Amino acid sequence: MREVDLENLLLKRDKRAIAKAITMAENGDTKVYEMIKNLYNNTGKAYVIGITGPPGVGKSTLTNEIARFLLKDNNSVGILAVDPTSLFSGGAILGDRVRMSDIALDENIYIRSMGTRGKLGGLAKATRASIHILDIVGMDYIIVETSGVGQSEIDIVKASDTNVMVLSPDMGDDIQAIKSGIMEIGDIFVVNKSDREGADKTAAEINFMLDLNSKSNWRPPVLEVSALYRKGCDTLLYKIKEHRHYLEKTGGLKERRLKNLRWEILEIIIDNLMKDLSEKISQENIDELINTEYAGLTNPYMIAESIYKNLKEGFK
Amino acid sequence: MKDEDYIGKIKEESSKWLYQCVDKVKEKYPERKEKFMTSSGIEIKNIYTPDNIADLNYLNDLGFPGQYPFTRGVQPTMYRGRFWTMRQYAGFGTAEESNARYKYLLSQGQTGLSIAFDLPTQIGYDSDHPMAEGEVGKVGVAVDSLLDMEVLFEGIPLDKVSTSMTINAPAAVLLAMYIVVAEKQGVYLDKLEGTIQNDILKEYIARGTYIFPIEPSLRLTTDIFKYCSEYIPKWNTISISGYHIREAGATAVQEIAFTLANGIEYVNAALKAGLNIDDFAPRLSFFFSAHSDLLEEVAKFRAARRMWARIMKERFNAKNLKSMMLRFHTQTGGSTLTAQQPDNNIVRVALQALAAVLGGTQSLHTNSRDEALALPSEDSVKIALRTQQIIAYESGVCDTPDPLAGSYYVEYLTDQIEDKALQYIKKIDELGGAACAISNGFIQKEIQDSAYRYQKEIEKGERIIVGLNKFKSEEKYHGNLLKVDPQVGEMQKEKLRKLKTQRDNEEVKRRLSELKEAACGQENLMPKIIDAVRVYATLGEICDVLRSVFGEYRENIIL
Amino acid sequence: MKRPIRVLVAKPGLDGHDRGAKVIARAFKDAGMEVIYTGLRQTPEQIVEAAIQEDVDVIALSILSGAHNTLFPKIMNLLKCRGAEDIMVIAGGIIPDEDIPFLKSVGIKEIFTPGTPTSKAVEYVIENVKV
Repeated sequence: MREVDLENLLLKRDKRAIAKAITMAENGDTKVYEMIKNLYNNTGKAYVIGITGPPGVGKSTLTNEIARFLLKDNNSVGILAVDPTSLFSGGAILGDRVRMSDIALDENIYIRSMGTRGKLGGLAKATRASIHILDIVGMDYIIVETSGVGQSEIDIVKASDTNVMVLSPDMGDDIQAIKSGIMEIGDIFVVNKSDREGADKTAAEINFMLDLNSKSNWRPPVLEVSALYRKGCDTLLYKIKEHRHYLEKTGGLKERRLKNLRWEILEIIIDNLMKDLSEKISQENIDELINTEYAGLTNPYMIAESIYKNLKEGFK
Repeated sequence: MKDEDYIGKIKEESSKWLYQCVDKVKEKYPERKEKFMTSSGIEIKNIYTPDNIADLNYLNDLGFPGQYPFTRGVQPTMYRGRFWTMRQYAGFGTAEESNARYKYLLSQGQTGLSIAFDLPTQIGYDSDHPMAEGEVGKVGVAVDSLLDMEVLFEGIPLDKVSTSMTINAPAAVLLAMYIVVAEKQGVYLDKLEGTIQNDILKEYIARGTYIFPIEPSLRLTTDIFKYCSEYIPKWNTISISGYHIREAGATAVQEIAFTLANGIEYVNAALKAGLNIDDFAPRLSFFFSAHSDLLEEVAKFRAARRMWARIMKERFNAKNLKSMMLRFHTQTGGSTLTAQQPDNNIVRVALQALAAVLGGTQSLHTNSRDEALALPSEDSVKIALRTQQIIAYESGVCDTPDPLAGSYYVEYLTDQIEDKALQYIKKIDELGGAACAISNGFIQKEIQDSAYRYQKEIEKGERIIVGLNKFKSEEKYHGNLLKVDPQVGEMQKEKLRKLKTQRDNEEVKRRLSELKEAACGQENLMPKIIDAVRVYATLGEICDVLRSVFGEYRENIIL
Repeated sequence: MKRPIRVLVAKPGLDGHDRGAKVIARAFKDAGMEVIYTGLRQTPEQIVEAAIQEDVDVIALSILSGAHNTLFPKIMNLLKCRGAEDIMVIAGGIIPDEDIPFLKSVGIKEIFTPGTPTSKAVEYVIENVKV
């Protein structure tokens, strides 16, 4: 596909074109950034919902339910489901789609599974660019499901408008460990698998923590939901909309998006820097330096300082 | 058992033997492998002596055949009385074709029927459902309504055969059809003998033909328990199956651990539904796989019997000895058969069948050599049946019960397998029981890991499969393969179309809405399903009503 | 630029025997590929839609029910209708030798019958997908 064709097809919300564009973003093909630049005027309309939480709490099933409700209200929905990439092989099993098979054929939906490809923080490297692509094609809602590796998954906060933190009663003591870290990142808390024993207790614990922590005017609600048995999802959707309404009314949305923009700009710059750096200093040329110029030295500070100085010269 | 001096002496002598004899030989002629292991990862020592089973208490741990804990078999005389039921799983195409195959098998000396249904039937779709396309009559017979069931058993008196039906999610519907066919033949229900598989938990774990979520499925299961205990006392209401768990890649230990854990879940569900343990437990039956690791398999069957007896007595306080007996059907391992040099499969099947018989099975299906290629042909089915007959009549292993008992190695393995399986059951208890361990994917993940390990072992040449990764030869199989008539789907559709113009559609509607009402409440669904079946409501119509009330199961995949 | 190969492992048809599908999915993953696994009972429409949205290089079909002669041509046809015939389709499972020429004629690139080592399928994909 030529880029011009791709741009046109994107504007027609062609699913193959969306898929190709996201692939380009995943593979670091710079042409896609040009395209996003060209079409950036079309962004800003989509509302981004983050779904995050530890592995096994039922994020995909919940995502499926939220999407189902949104589709029913005649919204278009894009889903980005992130799963961890294996550090050893670089491969990944992306299995979230399994739990979304009943909505996958709807013409107003696009679902994409993404491997983290070495990125930490719960999102894939191309997730942000993919959000823009889905925004450009005119999706009303974009749901981003994070990879679910634990408490370090906070990148979603910097990319979403409403972030839903999902927990479940069968997490046992794990919840104690992660509680302190997650209280700030949820705009809505969901205790999924409410049919299981201990759901009330888990919800009460979260409520208690929130009462201690609450600083803003929005007090995150704690909902008991069973995504599997389709119970309580309507309330969740209502709360998401309520949060959106709150943000829009108070100017919080603008503020939040500005904050996210700042993060993103910073990230793009760092990414580019990293790319340049990795071109300039490879394993081999460090080895070369160690063997020639710094022969016999093992002091890492000294060597690094010297390389860095040269690099800075290069940037000037 | 033996006095300590005696064991001490053996210990001493065997370490002497090890150092003086074995090590010397090993220096010159090293053993084939560094470590010898069973398929379940139990390490095999270079010798077994009374020392390895010094803790075994004969009366408590083995006892006598027909007596608690039934380690040595569930009947006092075992095969000295009568042989196991030779039961070949069969069915394909239309009811007419399958009916002919059953009559052929009965004429060849088979002693029980085993009905295979096609996948649409197993998942509760009529043959004209879009999902059924290309599947009708393929892996079994297509049954859409009572009409097909009547044809299937035409000329086969139901009070004279015992029938086993491999049906799970819609088991209640097919049982209802069987009941009505019996009525029409004038056979009293208390004369009916047979089994429905009715084991939904292993469908979620391994076999995949589920329809409804776990909870309502368990309700259907217990409804059948209840109904049968009142009306069809000789019917085996469930066949709790390890076979498919093993086929999915589980080890021998995992097979019995997960199967017994499922068994515990069914018992709990029935108790919760208000049934009395000794009213339904005697009709629980089991279904295991037999693989080629002969002695481990024998030990597995013995361990399973002992474990179940103790679970029933100690955990559930059963009083009736029949509740504690683990009676089981065995099938040889389909996944062990190779598409390469298929005739070798005849030998594999013979070994596996021997394991089942030495393990004390109550009935047996032997696989056909061509099953890795297609559905079995008539020739191949005959050889498979003859294999059982040769073991029964020529091998001599049937002439005394549990002939391997007392072998130091077999008793040791039996203990080891029991220990390892009990650890799994403990873990599953901690997770909240089998239903929870299934919905969070624990059991599936354990099996997948084993399956992947097994495959890697083959590919690395650590595990030899003759004809597959060693002793290979290029040869084409010249036997006939069974071809299912591709027209079966059209024929079934036509039958359905005709049926819907000929039956009393008002009556069907009325019965289905009664069923729906009952499904929303708590009452036993069996009578309502029988009523619907009797007026020729189709399987798909009945399952759709239940789907509308219960919803559908969604699989949980953790890879 | 080196990128991971993306593979959709799909089970068309009604059979629930997913041992092979899951084993091959893991083998692809261990070879550094991104594997999208769809679960049981996928219709041709669902498989093709997933392949397109996920922009995969390869669809690996696993089937044991015997319905391959009906379902595979449907999948190939749908791919063509969506202009996605560049996606390579391979298959495995119980597929009799005599059906293979027909399946290849509708566009299935390669068929792996029982007993094939996973490494063979992995090598095939690596050799035939241009990265």
